[in-house]
Amino acid sequence: MTTEERIIKVIASHLEMEESEITEATTFEDLGVDSLDAVEIMMELEDEFGVEVKAEEAGKSVKELADYLNAKLG
Amino acid sequence: MKIIGTGAYVPEKIITNDDLSTMVETSDEWITQRVGVKERRVSVNETAADFGAEAAKKALLSADISAEDLDLIIVSTITGETLCPTTAALIQKAIGATCPAFDMQSACSGFMFALDTADSYISSGKGYKNVLVVATERMSKILDWTDRSTCVIFGDGAGAAVVTEGDGYLASSLYTKGDDEVLYIPSCTKNSPFFEKEYADTKVFMNGSETFNFAVRKIVDDIKEVAEKAGISVSDIDYIVSHQANIRIISYASKRLGIPMERFVVNIDKYGNTSSASVPMALDDLVKEGKLKDGDIIAMCAFGGGLSSSACIIKWSK
Repeated sequence: MTTEERIIKVIASHLEMEESEITEATTFEDLGVDSLDAVEIMMELEDEFGVEVKAEEAGKSVKELADYLNAKLG
Repeated sequence: MKIIGTGAYVPEKIITNDDLSTMVETSDEWITQRVGVKERRVSVNETAADFGAEAAKKALLSADISAEDLDLIIVSTITGETLCPTTAALIQKAIGATCPAFDMQSACSGFMFALDTADSYISSGKGYKNVLVVATERMSKILDWTDRSTCVIFGDGAGAAVVTEGDGYLASSLYTKGDDEVLYIPSCTKNSPFFEKEYADTKVFMNGSETFNFAVRKIVDDIKEVAEKAGISVSDIDYIVSHQANIRIISYASKRLGIPMERFVVNIDKYGNTSSASVPMALDDLVKEGKLKDGDIIAMCAFGGGLSSSACIIKWSK
């Protein structure tokens, strides 16, 4: 699974929606995610990827999140 | 140390979410979903010392001891009416006690820090046996009632516990990470003609997502830490008495810790976030439900301004 696919899986599971409804270009704003949901999703991404995720640095779209995580994962 | 009595008091006036919707742009649906508050109490003529004294009287009654039997009173508040005397001194007078009394605060974690201090006094060998710990807050006096992001969250109230010698306090943790940006409440008295820095208004400044980030991480880590210190597993915890800051922090902790929501005491819907008073108010609710039995394991936890957090494990016996 690519980083993007793993991120989509985490977000879909948190928001209880279908993975097919989220694409790489999807942003938190598109999904109506509020700032507290965003914190929870970041923590779930930390569990998934095993690295620290800082909400203010991580980006707003799935693609930006994936770039951020890929850089962290090296 | 063990807890032998609890009490709580809230002022009569109820402000519902619909009432708030007429003051700021918000709605019952938004506040209920995003924060978990349905209504809160606000004082119209009582001070934090007044509520604290009422909660203290009930705690003494439930402990079946008199004010004269107290050896120490510790009060947590950030909303006292006077810088001097302390709110503790005012409560001592109101309940007719004669023992030493002092205030201490660590914002929302204040009750937990005070409870841990009470334990230290009792186990110090200096002769302190019965200690009254009170947390009382009139949050309504420091809120900006035009700021919809904060005024919908908080409420007024007080809680108290009487503790004495015993072996019911199994483990505790205290944490402070000095920070003056995430959550702060300036308290500026503007009398000095010499002071050159700008004065900030007294009101709650809170970065909601950063505060939430701190809270959800600490509630989980602190409970795991005190459970380990107490030599129990998280699944052994019968009830969790958490600070009532936002229902979503409690739901998240429930999910993360694998502890069902039914084991968390929840009263934020009725009282909002009463800062340090919320833990002893929730504990009193749990005691009043009448389900507690000797040997039950209770985890208590709080987090907030400082930034600070605290947790403890209690083995209930009365």
